[in-house]
Amino acid sequence: MSVKVYISRDAAAVALGADETAHALQAAAQSRGQAIQIVRVGSRGMVWLEPLVEVEIAGERVGYGPVGAPDVDALLDSGLLNGAPHALRVGVVDQLPFIAKQERLTFARVGIIDPVDLDQYLEHGGYEGLRRALTLSGAEVVREVTDSGLRGRGGAAFPTGIKWKTVLDQQADQKYVVCNADEGDSGTFSDRMLMEGDPFTLIEGMTIAGTAVGATQGFIYLRAEYPHAAMALREAIGVARRLGSLGRNVLGSGKDFELEVRIGAGAYVCGEETSLLESLEGKRAEVRFRPPLPAVQGLFGKPTVINNVISLASLPVILQKGAAFYKDYGMGRSRGTLPIQLAGNIKHGGLVEKAFGVTLRELLYDFGGGSASGRPIRTVQVGGPLGAYIPESQFDVQLDYEAFTAIGALVGHGGIVAFDDTVDMAKMARYAMEFCAVESCGKCTPCRIGSIRGVEVMDRIMKDDERAANLKLLEDLCDTMQYGSLCGLGGMTPFPVMSALKHFPEDFNRDRG
Amino acid sequence: MFVFGESQAQAVDSVIARFADSPGPLLPILRGVQDELGFVPPEAVARIAASLNLSRAEVHGVVSFYDYFRQHQPGRHVVRLCRAEACQAVNGEATEAHARRCLGADYHGTSADGQFTLEAAYCLGNCAAGPSMMIDDKLYGRVTPARFDQLLTQWRSRQ
Repeated sequence: MSVKVYISRDAAAVALGADETAHALQAAAQSRGQAIQIVRVGSRGMVWLEPLVEVEIAGERVGYGPVGAPDVDALLDSGLLNGAPHALRVGVVDQLPFIAKQERLTFARVGIIDPVDLDQYLEHGGYEGLRRALTLSGAEVVREVTDSGLRGRGGAAFPTGIKWKTVLDQQADQKYVVCNADEGDSGTFSDRMLMEGDPFTLIEGMTIAGTAVGATQGFIYLRAEYPHAAMALREAIGVARRLGSLGRNVLGSGKDFELEVRIGAGAYVCGEETSLLESLEGKRAEVRFRPPLPAVQGLFGKPTVINNVISLASLPVILQKGAAFYKDYGMGRSRGTLPIQLAGNIKHGGLVEKAFGVTLRELLYDFGGGSASGRPIRTVQVGGPLGAYIPESQFDVQLDYEAFTAIGALVGHGGIVAFDDTVDMAKMARYAMEFCAVESCGKCTPCRIGSIRGVEVMDRIMKDDERAANLKLLEDLCDTMQYGSLCGLGGMTPFPVMSALKHFPEDFNRDRG
Repeated sequence: MFVFGESQAQAVDSVIARFADSPGPLLPILRGVQDELGFVPPEAVARIAASLNLSRAEVHGVVSFYDYFRQHQPGRHVVRLCRAEACQAVNGEATEAHARRCLGADYHGTSADGQFTLEAAYCLGNCAAGPSMMIDDKLYGRVTPARFDQLLTQWRSRQ
């Protein structure tokens, strides 16, 4: 009987040496005549333990991590395959507080199953959501999604069901479903982990969307920086097509749904849905004026459902277990769960899926264990490069779209980047402007030129060149960008800049010598 | 020295043929061409424009819009360093400065030995184990200056 060993194939694990660990373990076990079967899975989301090696013993997975290739021999000597004690042994993985305290709905299978093994997917509830959806009318599926309270997880938090209803109600010879997998926000990687760790969930979610609104073609627009995700998705799409859950006559329903992965070309602005559609059409990714909404005239002018990876990947569980089950999680108007990403200067970085309502403090200290450097956490940026910097005094805010708006911040895609007290907030504000200048699509003036002026103004402030006048100018400029930009890139760059100035004015007024 | 000869023309034409019938084919074609030739030379722009019934200006506009598409031949390997906030929070700037010094090149530049082209990335999706770097398609985490040196030595000796 061979012992089952699980090692992640997630890009973050591979970046820390998971492939080398897997090869070393295979070779060492073989030379000792010990029979093992290594299963490459998604990541559990405990990045500080990667490469994590899990050994299956009596139905439970005992974890060791981080295990580098040079550790393998000593681990085998001390009885790795029996779950024996060792300095790197972390215990039964499901019982670790970081995992046990989560509420994993969308990520239920990630890190558990072989991402491209359809049988395992089915054993773990896969395609039950789509099967149920196919017994309902399009309008009933849309109502279920609306009732679940699901809001766009890409960051805009628009109710998914309402978007779908618009597409459903359009008469057209062709409709599309587009998945926005252009996850460009710093501090976010939940889309990537989902696509690499459980691609069938996204495929199933898109098939639910397509068959509900009458779209027969889907595109996943994936950023160029994610080659591992591209591989996993293409492999899974091939398997799904062969087994009839994708393509013509999906699961014998009489409905067709095709899916294609398209790779982006390194433009952050493509996370904005209309520029993404331009890019899919083969053009410069310049933001479109709205109206018309993509739901009315989207890809190639046709009605288009365009949703983020996590929104789409949340549909299978909603359809499988019902709107009420999903809606039961969360608080206020933020229903369900959010995969939160702990990033930057954090001791226990990784992915935490929790119902809305959890506080930043719980996330940063109970899950994250404080900063990686051991110094105090001075601020966190939530929601990517366009998100506000939040000071320690506001860490008790609950994760909730409305609560965050009330303090001038945003939840966005759920990425939390922690900074310790060595951070220079004036530099971060300058960087926000610089980033906007690099990534601006150039269509509107406030964003294209405002961001460049913003960098110059920040340079003058930091050099104490007419600081007071330039601080006033910075505020004016941010005002113009916020209200005059065509999309969120220029329109939200003021959030990190002004929040840094508001909460950390001492960094703007400091003499730098 | 790069020469756009018969075999390059054939490579471009076969990429065009592969994608011409799919909707919105320009990005997949440009990507395919860059995979084949390492960059998108002006001769390829002209061929693509002609076959898609676009002007060269339109194709050039798309090539120049996206960071990923290169108009010049890169070094043997492309090094992408993440400059985004999560990597800055773990002192990514030290790795950045070190990399620029070691390679003797700024962003978009190539080291004198032609081995490495340095590019900036704005998030590689590895934000819990930064600073992050990609060499060609291989991702690395916790890239301190010392690990940068180690990795570059490894890649330099690759055949």
